[in-house]
Amino acid sequence: MRAHFLADTATLTGRSMKHVLRSPDTLITTAVMPVAIMLLFVYVIGGAIDTGHYSGTHVQYMLPGILLMTVAMGISYTAYRLFADLQGGILDRFHSMPIARSAPLWAHVLTSLAANLISVVLVFAVAALMGFRTAAGLLGWLGVAGILLLFVLALTWVAVIAGLSASSMEGATVFSYPLIFLPFVSSAFVPTESMPGPVRWFAEHQPVTPIVDTLRDLFAQRVVGTDIWIALAWMLGILGVAYGAAMIVHRRRIR
Amino acid sequence: MSERDRTTAVRVHGLRKSFGEVEVLRGLDLVVPRGTVFALLGSNGAGKTTLIRIVSTLLSADAGVVEVDGYEVAAHAARVREAISLTGQFAAVDEQLSGRENLVLVARLRHQHSPVRIADKLLDRFSLAEAAHRRAATYSGGMRRRLDIAMSLIGDPSVILLDEPTTGLDPEARIEVWSTVRELTRQGTTVLLTTQYLDEAEALADRVGILHEGRILVEGALDELTQILQPAEIEYVPKKPSLEDVFLALVGSKHAECPTDQNRR
Repeated sequence: MRAHFLADTATLTGRSMKHVLRSPDTLITTAVMPVAIMLLFVYVIGGAIDTGHYSGTHVQYMLPGILLMTVAMGISYTAYRLFADLQGGILDRFHSMPIARSAPLWAHVLTSLAANLISVVLVFAVAALMGFRTAAGLLGWLGVAGILLLFVLALTWVAVIAGLSASSMEGATVFSYPLIFLPFVSSAFVPTESMPGPVRWFAEHQPVTPIVDTLRDLFAQRVVGTDIWIALAWMLGILGVAYGAAMIVHRRRIR
Repeated sequence: MSERDRTTAVRVHGLRKSFGEVEVLRGLDLVVPRGTVFALLGSNGAGKTTLIRIVSTLLSADAGVVEVDGYEVAAHAARVREAISLTGQFAAVDEQLSGRENLVLVARLRHQHSPVRIADKLLDRFSLAEAAHRRAATYSGGMRRRLDIAMSLIGDPSVILLDEPTTGLDPEARIEVWSTVRELTRQGTTVLLTTQYLDEAEALADRVGILHEGRILVEGALDELTQILQPAEIEYVPKKPSLEDVFLALVGSKHAECPTDQNRR
């Protein structure tokens, strides 16, 4: 079976990429909400937000949080597509064939990476039009790309759990709502110093804050502090747990 | 892997499966000779789909032996998957892809040498060539079923499992599916199909098994089954009982209140 793993995964990835490219609306809706929030924050309420000692423009301040929100939107489509496969019986068909067992899952994961990449690029493009500039060099960009990749991967495996264990299409996709909301209670849009005690404590101890701070530092070509290690620990931790749980759910759902 | 019995395609012995408190299969025995069509006749909730899912390696049994081509399904799942092809209760085609793309996809997953050529051949054979480039979502029920069955034939499986192949189809589409199944048997493929339609079993099957409450009540060739019931009363014209009579006599009227088939997935 192992011999077929790469070939089967490639075949199935090609299939789900066709799904994505034939409904480009999923890519656009993934980007639309975060872009709308970015417009709102920058042009409507941005003037009233005191970004503290941050020196850049508002769009520069907002972009990292907006990018994470885009990913949180994007991965809900992965759960959607996986649940649709399960519901439509096509996953049964695949699993009754002599293919590598985990190939259907990896195909959805790789598709998620590609689809999120497209949405993130769209958001970057809008941000650039809104005046986003970065001093980041090649290394900085590699850092940004690496962090976003890890973030997509970690959340995609969470989406796989949701897609495999849901009992309805709504159930498969609502799990992403709290993830979309998480950047609001972090350093993504307002400095955490402005928040009341317990909220501030939560904001400073949840994964979005160190990720956002790291991305901001990378964009501004500042030295990244310990934030990057906390961010990496969070993402690798989520990835490990979600991957393990997804495999267990998968084994239980499909032999 | 002892001596492989070449005359038996599917052998099920003492198969049991429960979902929580509900005992769906209660010691089911079944033998499908190679190259024959076996129809498993039963009402909703009789356990037909559960049996098909176990034979197709998608579900594990609680007890009993299930062999396909002499390979035990639990121990040699990969071998069994090479031998079988499953066509589930709902036409499991990819709606976003065209008919041709669906066939190429399955041919690739079955590691065939020239997927495109295989797809084109099947499109011709199943009169889908004209619709080859349309998305399967636009197909009629009968076309979807034909595509579904065409997908099942790729890789020349020796045993084809058809779970209620004509449920939800209009009469014309049913007849299309029937002629497809007949054609399969001409080529020596073994077919295990489930149905709740008595006429379907009568029209297609070499052997029929009546599944009721998780067991096979009777099993045999059509002629053997109809001999179970003697003509009930002496009438002017002795009436040979139809399969329907046999079924209803054995199952009684209880089948109407059976729970629906809710353990499919």
